[in-house]
Amino acid sequence: MTDIRRLVVRATVPIVALAMVAGSFSSVSADAEPGVTPTEVLLGGTHPYSGPASAYGVIGKSIAAYFAYVNDKGGVNGRKITYKDQDDAYNPAQTVQLVKGLVEQDKVFALFNTLGTACNLSIRQYLNDQKIPQLFVSTGATTWGTDYAKYPWTLGFNLDYQAEAIIFGKSIAAHQPNAKIAVLYQNDDFGQDYLTGLKKGLGAKASQIVKAASYEVTDPDVRSQMAALQGSGADTLLIAATPKFAIGAMATLGQLSWKPTTYLTNVSASQTMMAAASKSGGDAATEGIISDFYTMDPTNAELQNTPGIKLYKEILAKYGQGLDPNNGFVLYGMAAAYTMVDALQKAGKDLTREKLMDASLHLTEKNPFLWPGVELTTSPTDHFTIREEQLVKYDKGAWVPTGSILDARK
Amino acid sequence: MTATRVPVVNIIYFALAALVVAVVPWLLPAYISFELAYAGAYAIAILGLLILTGCNGQISLGHGAFMAIGGYGVAIAVTRAGWPPEAAMLVAAVVCAVFGALVGIVALRLSGAYLALATFALAVSVAPLLKRFKDWTGGAQGLTLPTAHAPGPLAGVLDSERWLYYETWLLAGVLFALSWFALQGRLGRALRALRDNEIAAVSFGINPYFYKSLAFAWSAAYAGIAGALIASATAYVSPDTYALQLSITLLIGGVLGGLGSMWGAVIGGLVVEFLPLWTQAISQGASSMIYGISLIVVMIAMPGGIAGAIQRVVHTIIRPRRRGTPERLQS
Repeated sequence: MTDIRRLVVRATVPIVALAMVAGSFSSVSADAEPGVTPTEVLLGGTHPYSGPASAYGVIGKSIAAYFAYVNDKGGVNGRKITYKDQDDAYNPAQTVQLVKGLVEQDKVFALFNTLGTACNLSIRQYLNDQKIPQLFVSTGATTWGTDYAKYPWTLGFNLDYQAEAIIFGKSIAAHQPNAKIAVLYQNDDFGQDYLTGLKKGLGAKASQIVKAASYEVTDPDVRSQMAALQGSGADTLLIAATPKFAIGAMATLGQLSWKPTTYLTNVSASQTMMAAASKSGGDAATEGIISDFYTMDPTNAELQNTPGIKLYKEILAKYGQGLDPNNGFVLYGMAAAYTMVDALQKAGKDLTREKLMDASLHLTEKNPFLWPGVELTTSPTDHFTIREEQLVKYDKGAWVPTGSILDARK
Repeated sequence: MTATRVPVVNIIYFALAALVVAVVPWLLPAYISFELAYAGAYAIAILGLLILTGCNGQISLGHGAFMAIGGYGVAIAVTRAGWPPEAAMLVAAVVCAVFGALVGIVALRLSGAYLALATFALAVSVAPLLKRFKDWTGGAQGLTLPTAHAPGPLAGVLDSERWLYYETWLLAGVLFALSWFALQGRLGRALRALRDNEIAAVSFGINPYFYKSLAFAWSAAYAGIAGALIASATAYVSPDTYALQLSITLLIGGVLGGLGSMWGAVIGGLVVEFLPLWTQAISQGASSMIYGISLIVVMIAMPGGIAGAIQRVVHTIIRPRRRGTPERLQS
């Protein structure tokens, strides 16, 4: 009997030890939130640093610069932000692999500002299945704001294309009730969202769109479309085109004997693009064009003394080596990073993914990098992060604000 | 002649490779199995290029287009008609083969740089076409597929990542074995003869029209399967998935891996998948530059690609022991 008892005792010790070890492991994995330690929070992201859309790569670098600035000031609730940003070359098949690596190997707490509509669509289902926040994604598609019931862990950032066009539509309906409208749009989700938004904004006056001409990104130029639009007899033109084609369209305006009231998407409204259009089409090509901003225009002389631009340039000087302060994408990155930090701050010291998501859906902030007066608001029933903008008019080589801040929600 | 008899050495190599492939997912985290599934799909596409370019001497810069057809074929069949993805994949392969044969017929009239340009046009036209037929393809927004899961009882053993891995590599094994047998026999000799000297081959009774279009169809079918595998792994397709540079990346992968042997296709697949991931660690955005540099280095230092270089090293080690045996060049 003593032998058996001894055996039991001998067996019990390692079994209990094993159970304790196993127990301690399981309790660790159950309690700790992935990517969060008392001193650090790990965020993941993807931007195209190579490939056809590599011009957007500066956004990721600008975000890193802002996080470095925040970390030097003590971080968020005592935690430093580590941002692991990867190059997906704007290819959704690569985004999926990188994001799985970020989630499963690096164990990121949340994804932030992944860029590109297709790239974000490719990871949305996966991240929502895993209940991982996919926050402030860098695309203007409308789906981020509308499909939140199905994808509650996903949230956009950009003023969506529809909202921008809704505001244009309302402005046309208010100021030119008898306008005959022509639209030049890119034949993809971006251009079509625009057309949809314009019709929504015009409401009953949508029938005043006399002609809509589309182009493909592979087209050499848009001259034939512009000629067709001029032939329609329209007196108002909306350009929903990416920079290369928008510049071409404006230059063509300078050459044609057609002077419509022209609205231009903010996608193509940076100072460098306007300068390029003026250069090839003459100053008359760009004079009087109406566009809009929701982030600051870093080149605007009147904004140079605002706290936002001052802070922006200060941060870039110290943390943003090689980033061009006049590039609107750089400013955009900093605006998004500000909102991310704000959400982390509001999620509190005891950080969980649920709390971060909840905080992200109760934002009312005056982001210093947005156009003065543009408010960023979210609520559990409104996932459109930014829906306000400032209309601007191109006057003698610079954008000048006209009217007050407009809201697509109202 | 005993050309179709399989040498024991090759069976051993293949069995060893199969063993490694079977064991790997259980030694590494799941997401690496997922990345290896993509590498397997690229290897299949590059194998298609090996048949077309390596054996038959026809250059294609349009294989990304065939991958897009395969990928969208599966996506449309699964989302619009509710087919199981495996069945859809087979049909997509057949569709690609037919399409490839049609391109092959056009290709008969072109060679060298002209053929490269014509196939490049194919790759260029894919994205606008996909956006044009929005009702079917979902336009620029693309189509979302359900996440891939192992069928039936396997679902309890294999997670999604490992299932995709085994599906891809099992298929790759079958396709590699199939190509190996086919290229050892009459078919392979006919393709190589047409590549080396078309006039001589024709005077031996080889029909160039048949064999050249067959090579295109065969190669396109493999690319289609690869595209379909990538679609089901990503669970999403969009024109950006099969962007223009994919076709070029495949050809670079083939050249780096080595279009002279089938191992070259496997190495090429691994290069296409992992080179951009590794280069990121060195410098963000440098992947295309490093692609270019490695392409130049490999073409100067290893004309037979990485696989060719490995073979040469192995031969120089083994040769002293085999002194006196005749060179096995005349296969």
